[in-house]
Amino acid sequence: MSVTAPANNAPLTFWPPGNLTRVPYHLYQEPAVLDAEQQRIFEGATWNYLCLEAELPQPGGYRTTFLGRMPVVVARDSDGEVYAFENRCSHRGALIVLDDGGTARDFQCVYHAWRYDRQGNLKGIAFQNGVNGEGGMDPAFCMKSHGPRKLRTSVFCGLVFGSLSDDVPDLEDYLGPEIARGISRVLHKPVQILGRFKQTLPNNWKLYVENVRDTYHASLLHVFFTTFRLNRLSQKGGVVVSECGGNHISFSAIDPIAENGEDYKTEELRSEKDDFKLEDATLLKGIDEFGDGVTLQILSVFPGFVLAQIQNTIAVRQVLPEGLETTALNWVYLGFQDDTPELRTMRHKQSNLIGPAGFVSMEDGAVGGFVQRGIASAGAQEAIVEMGGDSVRSQSSRTTEASVRGFWKAYRFHMGADS
Amino acid sequence: MSVAIDTTGALALNAHCARCIDNDELEAWTQLFTEHCLYRVTTADNHAQGMEASLIYADSRAMLNDRVLSLRTANVYEKQRYRHLVGLPSLLEDTPRGRRSETPFVVVRIMRGGETSLFATGRYLDELVIDGGDTLRLASRVVVCDSHNIDTLLAIPL
Ligand code: FES
Ligand SMILES: [Fe+2]
Repeated sequence: MSVTAPANNAPLTFWPPGNLTRVPYHLYQEPAVLDAEQQRIFEGATWNYLCLEAELPQPGGYRTTFLGRMPVVVARDSDGEVYAFENRCSHRGALIVLDDGGTARDFQCVYHAWRYDRQGNLKGIAFQNGVNGEGGMDPAFCMKSHGPRKLRTSVFCGLVFGSLSDDVPDLEDYLGPEIARGISRVLHKPVQILGRFKQTLPNNWKLYVENVRDTYHASLLHVFFTTFRLNRLSQKGGVVVSECGGNHISFSAIDPIAENGEDYKTEELRSEKDDFKLEDATLLKGIDEFGDGVTLQILSVFPGFVLAQIQNTIAVRQVLPEGLETTALNWVYLGFQDDTPELRTMRHKQSNLIGPAGFVSMEDGAVGGFVQRGIASAGAQEAIVEMGGDSVRSQSSRTTEASVRGFWKAYRFHMGADS
Repeated sequence: MSVAIDTTGALALNAHCARCIDNDELEAWTQLFTEHCLYRVTTADNHAQGMEASLIYADSRAMLNDRVLSLRTANVYEKQRYRHLVGLPSLLEDTPRGRRSETPFVVVRIMRGGETSLFATGRYLDELVIDGGDTLRLASRVVVCDSHNIDTLLAIPL
Protein backbone atom coordinates (compact mmCIF):
# COMPACT_ATOMS: atom_id res chain seq x y z
CA MET A 1 0.00 0.00 0.00
CA SER A 2 1.38 3.38 -0.88
CA VAL A 3 0.33 6.34 1.18
CA THR A 4 1.78 9.78 1.32
CA ALA A 5 1.47 11.83 4.45
CA PRO A 6 -0.19 15.20 3.88
CA ALA A 7 2.42 17.65 2.65
CA ASN A 8 1.80 20.40 5.19
CA ASN A 9 2.48 18.09 8.11
CA ALA A 10 5.58 19.54 9.63
CA PRO A 11 7.36 17.10 11.95
CA LEU A 12 6.15 17.53 15.48
CA THR A 13 8.68 19.08 17.76
CA PHE A 14 7.43 17.11 20.73
CA TRP A 15 8.20 13.77 19.12
CA PRO A 16 11.21 11.99 20.54
CA PRO A 17 14.01 10.59 18.46
CA GLY A 18 14.61 6.87 18.49
CA ASN A 19 12.62 3.73 17.80
CA LEU A 20 9.19 2.34 18.52
CA THR A 21 10.15 0.73 21.82
CA ARG A 22 9.77 3.94 23.82
CA VAL A 23 6.62 6.02 24.16
CA PRO A 24 6.93 9.40 25.86
CA TYR A 25 4.21 9.90 28.45
CA HIS A 26 3.50 13.47 27.49
CA LEU A 27 1.78 12.16 24.34
CA TYR A 28 -1.11 11.28 26.64
CA GLN A 29 -1.06 14.62 28.42
CA GLU A 30 -0.69 17.57 26.07
CA PRO A 31 -3.64 19.47 24.62
CA ALA A 32 -1.55 20.34 21.55
CA VAL A 33 -1.12 16.63 20.81
CA LEU A 34 -4.86 16.06 20.99
CA ASP A 35 -5.47 18.89 18.53
CA ALA A 36 -2.77 17.66 16.16
CA GLU A 37 -4.27 14.16 16.30
CA GLN A 38 -7.66 15.51 15.31
CA GLN A 39 -6.18 17.23 12.23
CA ARG A 40 -3.58 14.72 11.19
CA ILE A 41 -5.08 11.40 12.18
CA PHE A 42 -8.87 11.53 12.39
CA GLU A 43 -9.30 14.21 9.72
CA GLY A 44 -6.20 13.02 7.86
CA ALA A 45 -5.46 10.15 5.49
CA THR A 46 -7.23 7.49 7.53
CA TRP A 47 -10.44 5.50 7.28
CA ASN A 48 -12.58 5.88 10.39
CA TYR A 49 -15.36 3.49 11.31
CA LEU A 50 -18.65 5.44 11.37
CA CYS A 51 -21.51 2.98 11.81
CA LEU A 52 -22.99 -0.25 10.51
CA GLU A 53 -24.77 -0.46 7.22
CA ALA A 54 -27.46 -2.40 9.09
CA GLU A 55 -28.23 0.85 10.94
CA LEU A 56 -29.23 2.46 7.62
CA PRO A 57 -31.27 -0.29 5.99
CA GLN A 58 -33.54 1.98 3.91
CA PRO A 59 -33.09 5.20 1.96
CA GLY A 60 -33.53 8.03 4.43
CA GLY A 61 -31.99 6.08 7.29
CA TYR A 62 -29.39 8.07 9.20
CA ARG A 63 -27.11 7.90 12.26
CA THR A 64 -25.03 10.49 14.06
CA THR A 65 -21.45 9.54 14.91
CA PHE A 66 -17.96 11.03 15.13
CA LEU A 67 -14.71 11.33 13.24
CA GLY A 68 -12.47 11.76 16.26
CA ARG A 69 -14.17 14.70 17.93
CA MET A 70 -15.85 15.95 14.77
CA PRO A 71 -19.60 15.28 14.84
CA VAL A 72 -20.81 13.50 11.71
CA VAL A 73 -24.11 12.52 10.09
CA VAL A 74 -24.24 9.34 8.02
CA ALA A 75 -27.27 8.94 5.79
CA ARG A 76 -28.50 6.70 2.99
CA ASP A 77 -29.99 8.67 0.12
CA SER A 78 -32.66 7.52 -2.34
CA ASP A 79 -29.93 6.37 -4.74
CA GLY A 80 -29.06 3.72 -2.15
CA GLU A 81 -25.60 5.18 -1.48
CA VAL A 82 -24.27 6.05 1.98
CA TYR A 83 -23.18 9.66 2.48
CA ALA A 84 -21.50 11.34 5.43
CA PHE A 85 -20.99 14.97 6.32
CA GLU A 86 -19.98 17.09 9.24
CA ASN A 87 -22.83 17.60 11.68
CA ARG A 88 -22.32 21.36 11.73
CA CYS A 89 -24.69 23.89 10.28
CA SER A 90 -22.95 26.16 7.80
CA HIS A 91 -24.81 29.16 9.18
CA ARG A 92 -23.62 29.50 12.78
CA GLY A 93 -22.25 26.07 13.47
CA ALA A 94 -25.02 24.40 15.47
CA LEU A 95 -25.46 20.64 15.28
CA ILE A 96 -27.75 19.92 12.35
CA VAL A 97 -28.99 16.58 13.70
CA LEU A 98 -29.63 16.23 17.41
CA ASP A 99 -30.64 12.59 17.82
CA ASP A 100 -28.86 9.26 17.46
CA GLY A 101 -30.60 8.16 14.29
CA GLY A 102 -33.82 7.45 12.48
CA THR A 103 -35.24 8.17 9.06
CA ALA A 104 -35.54 11.57 7.45
CA ARG A 105 -36.37 13.14 4.09
CA ASP A 106 -33.94 15.95 4.83
CA PHE A 107 -32.40 17.69 7.83
CA GLN A 108 -33.29 21.06 9.26
CA CYS A 109 -31.18 22.96 11.76
CA VAL A 110 -33.32 23.97 14.74
CA TYR A 111 -31.55 27.29 15.24
CA HIS A 112 -32.61 29.25 12.12
CA ALA A 113 -34.12 26.42 10.07
CA TRP A 114 -31.50 26.10 7.34
CA ARG A 115 -32.15 22.88 5.47
CA TYR A 116 -29.82 20.15 4.15
CA ASP A 117 -30.38 17.11 1.96
CA ARG A 118 -29.20 13.61 2.85
CA GLN A 119 -25.90 14.21 1.11
CA GLY A 120 -25.15 17.27 3.23
CA ASN A 121 -25.90 19.91 0.61
CA LEU A 122 -27.38 23.18 1.82
CA LYS A 123 -30.80 23.35 0.17
CA GLY A 124 -32.78 26.01 1.94
CA ILE A 125 -32.30 29.22 3.91
CA ALA A 126 -35.21 30.52 5.94
CA PHE A 127 -36.32 34.00 4.81
CA GLN A 128 -33.58 33.94 2.16
CA ASN A 129 -35.28 36.80 0.30
CA GLY A 130 -36.27 38.64 3.46
CA VAL A 131 -39.77 39.63 4.46
CA ASN A 132 -41.79 42.19 2.51
CA GLY A 133 -38.76 42.98 0.41
CA GLU A 134 -36.55 43.78 3.38
CA GLY A 135 -33.72 41.85 4.96
CA GLY A 136 -32.67 38.47 3.63
CA MET A 137 -29.43 37.23 2.21
CA ASP A 138 -27.39 38.92 -0.46
CA PRO A 139 -28.65 37.61 -3.84
CA ALA A 140 -25.06 36.66 -4.62
CA PHE A 141 -24.90 34.21 -1.72
CA CYS A 142 -24.18 30.79 -3.16
CA MET A 143 -25.70 27.89 -1.28
CA LYS A 144 -23.61 25.39 -3.27
CA SER A 145 -20.34 26.74 -1.96
CA HIS A 146 -21.50 26.78 1.65
CA GLY A 147 -22.06 23.49 3.33
CA PRO A 148 -20.68 21.24 6.02
CA ARG A 149 -17.56 19.30 5.15
CA LYS A 150 -18.29 16.07 3.29
CA LEU A 151 -16.60 12.77 3.96
CA ARG A 152 -15.75 10.07 1.49
CA THR A 153 -17.46 6.87 2.53
CA SER A 154 -16.65 3.26 1.85
CA VAL A 155 -18.46 0.15 2.98
CA PHE A 156 -16.77 -3.18 3.67
CA CYS A 157 -18.72 -6.19 4.97
CA GLY A 158 -21.45 -3.91 6.26
CA LEU A 159 -19.03 -1.58 8.08
CA VAL A 160 -19.27 2.06 7.01
CA PHE A 161 -15.98 3.93 7.07
CA GLY A 162 -15.47 7.62 6.35
CA SER A 163 -12.52 9.82 5.47
CA LEU A 164 -11.94 13.50 4.89
CA SER A 165 -8.87 12.74 2.81
CA ASP A 166 -8.55 12.51 -0.96
CA ASP A 167 -5.18 10.79 -0.55
CA VAL A 168 -6.22 7.85 1.58
CA PRO A 169 -5.96 4.58 -0.39
CA ASP A 170 -9.04 2.49 -1.12
CA LEU A 171 -10.47 0.99 2.04
CA GLU A 172 -9.46 -2.58 1.20
CA ASP A 173 -5.87 -1.50 0.52
CA TYR A 174 -5.89 0.47 3.75
CA LEU A 175 -7.05 -2.61 5.66
CA GLY A 176 -4.59 -4.94 3.98
CA PRO A 177 -5.43 -8.49 2.86
CA GLU A 178 -5.18 -10.25 6.24
CA ILE A 179 -7.33 -7.70 8.05
CA ALA A 180 -9.91 -7.71 5.24
CA ARG A 181 -10.00 -11.50 5.51
CA GLY A 182 -10.36 -11.29 9.28
CA ILE A 183 -13.37 -9.00 8.93
CA SER A 184 -15.08 -11.01 6.21
CA ARG A 185 -14.50 -14.20 8.18
CA VAL A 186 -16.87 -12.87 10.88
CA LEU A 187 -19.19 -10.46 9.07
CA HIS A 188 -20.03 -12.84 6.26
CA LYS A 189 -23.82 -12.51 6.26
CA PRO A 190 -26.49 -10.00 7.33
CA VAL A 191 -26.07 -8.97 10.92
CA GLN A 192 -28.66 -8.05 13.50
CA ILE A 193 -27.94 -5.45 16.15
CA LEU A 194 -28.55 -6.91 19.59
CA GLY A 195 -27.70 -3.87 21.70
CA ARG A 196 -25.71 -0.67 22.02
CA PHE A 197 -23.74 0.44 25.07
CA LYS A 198 -21.39 3.27 25.79
CA GLN A 199 -18.54 3.24 28.24
CA THR A 200 -16.63 6.35 29.30
CA LEU A 201 -12.98 5.67 30.00
CA PRO A 202 -10.94 7.93 32.28
CA ASN A 203 -7.90 8.07 30.02
CA ASN A 204 -6.43 9.23 26.73
CA TRP A 205 -7.84 7.33 23.73
CA LYS A 206 -4.41 5.95 22.79
CA LEU A 207 -4.18 3.99 26.03
CA TYR A 208 -7.28 2.07 25.05
CA VAL A 209 -6.28 1.35 21.45
CA GLU A 210 -2.87 0.24 22.70
CA ASN A 211 -4.57 -2.05 25.19
CA VAL A 212 -6.60 -3.63 22.38
CA ARG A 213 -3.36 -4.42 20.53
CA ASP A 214 -1.51 -5.51 23.66
CA THR A 215 -1.58 -9.29 23.51
CA TYR A 216 0.93 -9.44 26.36
CA HIS A 217 -1.51 -8.39 29.08
CA ALA A 218 -4.34 -10.75 28.18
CA SER A 219 -3.58 -13.72 30.39
CA LEU A 220 -2.01 -11.57 33.12
CA LEU A 221 -4.66 -8.93 33.74
CA HIS A 222 -7.70 -11.01 32.80
CA VAL A 223 -7.54 -14.01 35.07
CA PHE A 224 -11.14 -15.16 34.65
CA PHE A 225 -10.19 -17.88 32.18
CA THR A 226 -7.24 -19.17 34.12
CA THR A 227 -8.96 -18.99 37.50
CA PHE A 228 -11.88 -21.04 36.28
CA ARG A 229 -9.64 -23.38 34.29
CA LEU A 230 -11.28 -22.48 31.03
CA ASN A 231 -8.04 -21.88 29.22
CA ARG A 232 -7.24 -24.58 26.78
CA LEU A 233 -3.57 -25.17 27.13
CA SER A 234 -3.53 -26.65 23.66
CA GLN A 235 -4.66 -23.42 22.07
CA LYS A 236 -2.56 -21.99 19.36
CA GLY A 237 -2.68 -18.47 18.12
CA GLY A 238 -0.73 -15.47 17.08
CA VAL A 239 -0.71 -11.86 16.16
CA VAL A 240 -0.93 -10.38 12.69
CA VAL A 241 0.23 -6.83 12.07
CA SER A 242 -0.65 -5.08 8.82
CA GLU A 243 2.08 -3.58 6.68
CA CYS A 244 1.30 -0.03 7.78
CA GLY A 245 1.43 -1.22 11.39
CA GLY A 246 -1.87 0.31 12.41
CA ASN A 247 -4.17 -2.68 11.93
CA HIS A 248 -3.90 -5.97 13.73
CA ILE A 249 -5.49 -9.31 14.50
CA SER A 250 -4.78 -11.43 17.52
CA PHE A 251 -6.36 -14.84 17.59
CA SER A 252 -6.41 -18.12 19.37
CA ALA A 253 -7.72 -21.36 18.03
CA ILE A 254 -8.29 -24.88 19.16
CA ASP A 255 -5.65 -27.18 17.79
CA PRO A 256 -7.49 -30.44 17.05
CA ILE A 257 -4.30 -32.48 16.98
CA ALA A 258 -3.18 -31.27 20.38
CA GLU A 259 -6.66 -31.64 21.75
CA ASN A 260 -6.79 -35.31 20.89
CA GLY A 261 -3.34 -35.85 22.26
CA GLU A 262 -2.47 -37.25 25.64
CA ASP A 263 -1.02 -33.97 26.92
CA TYR A 264 -4.34 -32.27 26.75
CA LYS A 265 -6.18 -35.10 28.46
CA THR A 266 -3.66 -35.16 31.27
CA GLU A 267 -4.03 -31.41 31.69
CA GLU A 268 -7.76 -31.67 31.82
CA LEU A 269 -7.61 -34.31 34.50
CA ARG A 270 -5.39 -32.12 36.56
CA SER A 271 -7.69 -29.19 36.03
CA GLU A 272 -10.59 -31.14 37.47
CA LYS A 273 -8.96 -30.98 40.85
CA ASP A 274 -8.78 -27.22 40.97
CA ASP A 275 -10.97 -25.43 43.44
CA PHE A 276 -12.63 -22.87 41.25
CA LYS A 277 -15.10 -24.08 38.71
CA LEU A 278 -18.08 -22.45 37.14
CA GLU A 279 -21.28 -23.61 38.80
CA ASP A 280 -23.12 -22.98 35.56
CA ALA A 281 -20.72 -23.94 32.79
CA THR A 282 -23.33 -23.43 30.06
CA LEU A 283 -21.76 -19.97 29.76
CA LEU A 284 -19.04 -21.40 27.57
CA LYS A 285 -20.80 -24.21 25.74
CA GLY A 286 -20.56 -22.28 22.52
CA ILE A 287 -20.44 -23.61 19.01
CA ASP A 288 -17.73 -23.27 16.38
CA GLU A 289 -19.97 -21.12 14.20
CA PHE A 290 -17.26 -20.09 11.76
CA GLY A 291 -16.02 -23.64 11.33
CA ASP A 292 -12.33 -22.91 11.85
CA GLY A 293 -11.85 -23.47 15.55
CA VAL A 294 -10.91 -19.85 16.19
CA THR A 295 -12.37 -19.06 19.60
CA LEU A 296 -11.06 -15.52 19.81
CA GLN A 297 -10.30 -12.93 17.18
CA ILE A 298 -9.59 -9.34 18.19
CA LEU A 299 -9.12 -7.12 15.17
CA SER A 300 -8.29 -3.43 15.06
CA VAL A 301 -8.14 -0.84 12.31
CA PHE A 302 -6.20 2.37 12.80
CA PRO A 303 -7.12 4.64 14.39
CA GLY A 304 -10.13 3.59 16.47
CA PHE A 305 -12.02 0.55 15.20
CA VAL A 306 -12.23 -2.85 16.86
CA LEU A 307 -14.08 -5.98 15.79
CA ALA A 308 -14.06 -8.73 18.38
CA GLN A 309 -15.25 -12.30 18.28
CA ILE A 310 -14.91 -14.08 21.59
CA GLN A 311 -16.51 -17.51 21.35
CA ASN A 312 -20.00 -16.66 20.04
CA THR A 313 -20.02 -13.00 20.99
CA ILE A 314 -19.52 -10.54 18.17
CA ALA A 315 -19.11 -6.85 18.87
CA VAL A 316 -17.78 -3.76 17.19
CA ARG A 317 -16.20 -1.01 19.25
CA GLN A 318 -15.60 2.58 18.22
CA VAL A 319 -12.92 4.37 20.22
CA LEU A 320 -13.28 8.16 20.25
CA PRO A 321 -11.37 10.84 22.11
CA GLU A 322 -13.76 13.09 24.01
CA GLY A 323 -10.96 15.00 25.67
CA LEU A 324 -7.36 14.59 26.69
CA GLU A 325 -8.29 12.22 29.51
CA THR A 326 -11.74 11.08 28.44
CA THR A 327 -12.47 8.42 25.86
CA ALA A 328 -15.79 7.17 24.56
CA LEU A 329 -16.05 3.48 23.86
CA ASN A 330 -19.14 2.71 21.81
CA TRP A 331 -20.15 -0.94 21.73
CA VAL A 332 -22.55 -2.59 19.32
CA TYR A 333 -23.33 -6.22 20.11
CA LEU A 334 -24.15 -8.25 17.01
CA GLY A 335 -25.81 -11.46 15.99
CA PHE A 336 -26.93 -12.70 12.60
CA GLN A 337 -30.42 -12.46 11.23
CA ASP A 338 -30.54 -16.23 10.80
CA ASP A 339 -29.45 -17.11 14.35
CA THR A 340 -31.29 -20.04 15.85
CA PRO A 341 -32.92 -19.31 19.24
CA GLU A 342 -30.28 -21.50 20.89
CA LEU A 343 -27.41 -19.59 19.31
CA ARG A 344 -29.02 -16.28 20.21
CA THR A 345 -29.33 -17.34 23.86
CA MET A 346 -25.70 -18.43 23.77
CA ARG A 347 -24.67 -14.98 22.53
CA HIS A 348 -26.57 -13.38 25.39
CA LYS A 349 -24.94 -15.66 27.95
CA GLN A 350 -21.49 -15.09 26.53
CA SER A 351 -22.03 -11.34 26.47
CA ASN A 352 -21.03 -11.67 30.13
CA LEU A 353 -17.48 -11.89 28.80
CA ILE A 354 -17.50 -8.50 27.06
CA GLY A 355 -18.56 -4.90 27.67
CA PRO A 356 -18.24 -2.74 30.80
CA ALA A 357 -19.21 -5.67 33.05
CA GLY A 358 -17.40 -8.34 31.05
CA PHE A 359 -15.56 -11.10 32.87
CA VAL A 360 -12.65 -10.62 30.47
CA SER A 361 -13.04 -6.99 29.58
CA MET A 362 -14.11 -4.99 32.61
CA GLU A 363 -10.44 -4.58 33.49
CA ASP A 364 -9.71 -2.96 30.13
CA GLY A 365 -12.08 -0.14 30.99
CA ALA A 366 -10.12 0.75 34.09
CA VAL A 367 -6.51 -0.01 33.31
CA GLY A 368 -6.01 3.01 31.03
CA GLY A 369 -7.06 5.19 33.94
CA PHE A 370 -4.44 3.50 36.12
CA VAL A 371 -1.81 4.52 33.58
CA GLN A 372 -3.19 8.02 33.18
CA ARG A 373 -2.98 8.54 36.95
CA GLY A 374 0.34 6.76 37.22
CA ILE A 375 2.08 9.07 34.78
CA ALA A 376 0.64 12.29 36.22
CA SER A 377 4.04 13.81 36.91
CA ALA A 378 6.11 11.72 34.54
CA GLY A 379 5.70 13.64 31.29
CA ALA A 380 9.44 13.58 30.71
CA GLN A 381 9.64 9.79 31.13
CA GLU A 382 8.88 7.04 28.65
CA ALA A 383 7.04 3.74 28.56
CA ILE A 384 8.92 0.59 27.55
CA VAL A 385 7.39 -1.34 24.66
CA GLU A 386 10.09 -3.91 24.14
CA MET A 387 8.37 -7.24 24.72
CA GLY A 388 9.13 -9.54 21.79
CA GLY A 389 11.90 -7.30 20.49
CA ASP A 390 11.54 -4.12 18.49
CA SER A 391 9.83 -5.35 15.32
CA VAL A 392 6.26 -4.85 14.17
CA ARG A 393 6.14 -8.22 12.41
CA SER A 394 3.38 -10.80 12.61
CA GLN A 395 4.26 -13.72 14.84
CA SER A 396 2.87 -16.84 16.42
CA SER A 397 3.72 -15.74 19.94
CA ARG A 398 1.38 -13.45 21.79
CA THR A 399 4.00 -12.60 24.38
CA THR A 400 4.90 -9.64 22.31
CA GLU A 401 4.13 -5.97 21.93
CA ALA A 402 4.60 -6.05 18.16
CA SER A 403 1.11 -4.76 17.42
CA VAL A 404 1.47 -1.95 19.98
CA ARG A 405 4.66 -0.88 18.18
CA GLY A 406 2.69 -1.22 14.94
CA PHE A 407 0.18 1.31 16.25
CA TRP A 408 3.00 3.75 16.98
CA LYS A 409 4.48 3.17 13.55
CA ALA A 410 1.20 4.23 11.95
CA TYR A 411 0.76 7.03 14.47
CA ARG A 412 4.18 8.50 13.76
CA PHE A 413 3.54 8.27 10.04
CA HIS A 414 0.25 10.15 10.19
CA MET A 415 1.52 12.68 12.70
CA GLY A 416 4.40 13.46 10.40
CA ALA A 417 7.05 12.36 12.82
CA ASP A 418 9.15 10.51 10.30
CA SER A 419 8.76 12.78 7.31
CA MET B 1 -49.00 -20.60 53.47
CA SER B 2 -50.02 -17.08 54.17
CA VAL B 3 -47.19 -15.32 52.33
CA ALA B 4 -48.64 -12.83 49.88
CA ILE B 5 -47.01 -10.87 47.12
CA ASP B 6 -47.84 -7.36 48.20
CA THR B 7 -46.21 -3.99 48.68
CA THR B 8 -44.93 -4.85 52.12
CA GLY B 9 -43.24 -7.99 50.81
CA ALA B 10 -41.76 -6.18 47.83
CA LEU B 11 -40.43 -3.42 50.06
CA ALA B 12 -38.73 -5.92 52.34
CA LEU B 13 -37.23 -7.88 49.43
CA ASN B 14 -35.90 -4.72 47.75
CA ALA B 15 -34.45 -3.54 51.03
CA HIS B 16 -32.65 -6.86 51.48
CA CYS B 17 -31.29 -6.72 47.93
CA ALA B 18 -29.89 -3.23 48.40
CA ARG B 19 -28.48 -4.03 51.82
CA CYS B 20 -26.71 -7.18 50.62
CA ILE B 21 -25.03 -5.34 47.75
CA ASP B 22 -24.10 -2.23 49.70
CA ASN B 23 -22.76 -4.24 52.64
CA ASP B 24 -20.73 -6.48 50.33
CA GLU B 25 -22.77 -9.59 51.08
CA LEU B 26 -23.16 -10.63 47.47
CA GLU B 27 -23.36 -14.33 48.34
CA ALA B 28 -26.51 -13.56 50.33
CA TRP B 29 -27.81 -11.39 47.49
CA THR B 30 -27.90 -14.32 45.05
CA GLN B 31 -30.08 -16.23 47.52
CA LEU B 32 -32.83 -13.68 47.00
CA PHE B 33 -33.28 -15.08 43.48
CA THR B 34 -35.00 -18.32 42.52
CA GLU B 35 -32.82 -21.14 41.29
CA HIS B 36 -33.97 -20.66 37.68
CA CYS B 37 -34.00 -16.90 37.70
CA LEU B 38 -33.28 -14.27 35.09
CA TYR B 39 -31.11 -11.27 35.99
CA ARG B 40 -30.18 -8.77 33.29
CA VAL B 41 -28.69 -5.31 33.25
CA THR B 42 -29.58 -3.19 30.25
CA THR B 43 -30.37 0.43 29.39
CA ALA B 44 -33.57 2.33 28.73
CA ASP B 45 -32.67 2.82 25.04
CA ASN B 46 -32.06 -0.85 24.46
CA HIS B 47 -35.14 -1.80 26.45
CA ALA B 48 -37.37 0.62 24.53
CA GLN B 49 -36.09 -0.67 21.19
CA GLY B 50 -36.64 -4.27 22.20
CA MET B 51 -32.94 -5.05 21.95
CA GLU B 52 -32.06 -8.05 24.03
CA ALA B 53 -28.34 -7.74 24.67
CA SER B 54 -27.29 -7.21 28.27
CA LEU B 55 -24.32 -5.89 30.19
CA ILE B 56 -24.88 -8.70 32.67
CA TYR B 57 -26.97 -11.75 31.84
CA ALA B 58 -27.69 -14.64 34.16
CA ASP B 59 -30.41 -17.21 33.64
CA SER B 60 -29.72 -19.19 36.79
CA ARG B 61 -28.75 -18.49 40.37
CA ALA B 62 -25.65 -20.55 39.65
CA MET B 63 -24.58 -17.99 37.05
CA LEU B 64 -25.05 -15.23 39.61
CA ASN B 65 -22.94 -17.20 42.05
CA ASP B 66 -20.27 -17.54 39.37
CA ARG B 67 -20.25 -13.80 38.87
CA VAL B 68 -19.86 -13.19 42.58
CA LEU B 69 -17.05 -15.72 42.83
CA SER B 70 -15.36 -14.16 39.82
CA LEU B 71 -15.57 -10.72 41.40
CA ARG B 72 -14.04 -12.15 44.55
CA THR B 73 -11.26 -14.16 42.96
CA ALA B 74 -10.59 -13.29 39.33
CA ASN B 75 -11.63 -9.82 38.29
CA VAL B 76 -9.36 -6.87 38.85
CA TYR B 77 -10.99 -3.58 39.74
CA GLU B 78 -10.31 -0.73 42.07
CA LYS B 79 -11.91 -0.95 45.48
CA GLN B 80 -15.36 0.60 45.38
CA ARG B 81 -18.77 0.31 46.96
CA TYR B 82 -22.31 1.36 46.27
CA ARG B 83 -25.06 3.03 48.21
CA HIS B 84 -28.51 2.19 46.88
CA LEU B 85 -31.51 4.41 47.38
CA VAL B 86 -34.44 2.28 46.35
CA GLY B 87 -37.81 3.89 45.77
CA LEU B 88 -41.26 2.55 46.36
CA PRO B 89 -42.34 -0.52 44.40
CA SER B 90 -45.38 -0.38 42.17
CA LEU B 91 -47.11 -3.74 42.22
CA LEU B 92 -48.36 -4.51 38.72
CA GLU B 93 -50.18 -7.38 37.04
CA ASP B 94 -50.18 -11.02 38.03
CA THR B 95 -48.16 -13.52 36.05
CA PRO B 96 -48.70 -17.29 35.90
CA ARG B 97 -46.02 -17.66 38.57
CA GLY B 98 -46.35 -14.50 40.62
CA ARG B 99 -46.60 -10.79 40.12
CA ARG B 100 -44.71 -8.02 38.36
CA SER B 101 -43.40 -5.00 40.14
CA GLU B 102 -41.41 -1.95 39.15
CA THR B 103 -39.13 0.00 41.47
CA PRO B 104 -36.95 3.05 40.82
CA PHE B 105 -33.42 3.21 42.18
CA VAL B 106 -30.43 5.51 42.51
CA VAL B 107 -26.94 4.10 43.02
CA VAL B 108 -24.10 6.22 44.32
CA ARG B 109 -20.57 4.85 43.87
CA ILE B 110 -17.84 5.51 46.41
CA MET B 111 -14.33 4.95 45.09
CA ARG B 112 -11.21 4.00 46.98
CA GLY B 113 -9.91 7.56 46.80
CA GLY B 114 -13.08 8.92 48.37
CA GLU B 115 -14.76 10.17 45.21
CA THR B 116 -18.51 9.85 45.64
CA SER B 117 -20.57 10.12 42.48
CA LEU B 118 -23.96 9.36 41.07
CA PHE B 119 -23.24 6.12 39.23
CA ALA B 120 -26.59 4.89 37.96
CA THR B 121 -30.30 5.57 38.09
CA GLY B 122 -32.99 3.35 36.70
CA ARG B 123 -35.74 0.94 37.50
CA TYR B 124 -36.01 -2.68 38.47
CA LEU B 125 -38.55 -4.62 36.42
CA ASP B 126 -39.18 -7.62 38.62
CA GLU B 127 -41.22 -10.75 38.75
CA LEU B 128 -41.82 -11.71 42.34
CA VAL B 129 -42.78 -15.27 43.21
CA ILE B 130 -43.37 -17.32 46.31
CA ASP B 131 -40.59 -19.85 46.22
CA GLY B 132 -40.56 -23.12 48.14
CA GLY B 133 -43.99 -22.35 49.57
CA ASP B 134 -43.03 -19.57 51.94
CA THR B 135 -40.22 -17.34 50.66
CA LEU B 136 -40.61 -14.27 48.49
CA ARG B 137 -37.92 -14.30 45.79
CA LEU B 138 -37.05 -12.69 42.49
CA ALA B 139 -37.81 -14.97 39.57
CA SER B 140 -36.73 -12.21 37.24
CA ARG B 141 -35.08 -8.82 37.59
CA VAL B 142 -34.32 -6.65 34.59
CA VAL B 143 -32.27 -3.66 35.66
CA VAL B 144 -33.04 -0.87 33.19
CA CYS B 145 -30.50 1.94 33.58
CA ASP B 146 -31.69 5.38 32.51
CA SER B 147 -28.37 6.34 30.93
CA HIS B 148 -26.84 4.40 28.08
CA ASN B 149 -23.38 5.23 29.42
CA ILE B 150 -21.34 3.39 32.07
CA ASP B 151 -18.48 5.21 33.75
CA THR B 152 -15.33 3.07 33.48
CA LEU B 153 -16.81 -0.30 34.43
CA LEU B 154 -19.68 -2.13 36.08
CA ALA B 155 -18.10 -4.55 38.49
CA ILE B 156 -20.55 -4.86 41.36
CA PRO B 157 -24.06 -5.71 40.16
CA LEU B 158 -26.79 -3.07 40.48
S1 FES C 1 -27.09 27.82 13.03
FE1 FES C 1 -28.16 26.49 11.78
S2 FES C 1 -29.60 27.78 10.88
FE2 FES C 1 -28.50 29.16 12.09
FE1 LIG D 1 -7.71 -6.71 27.85
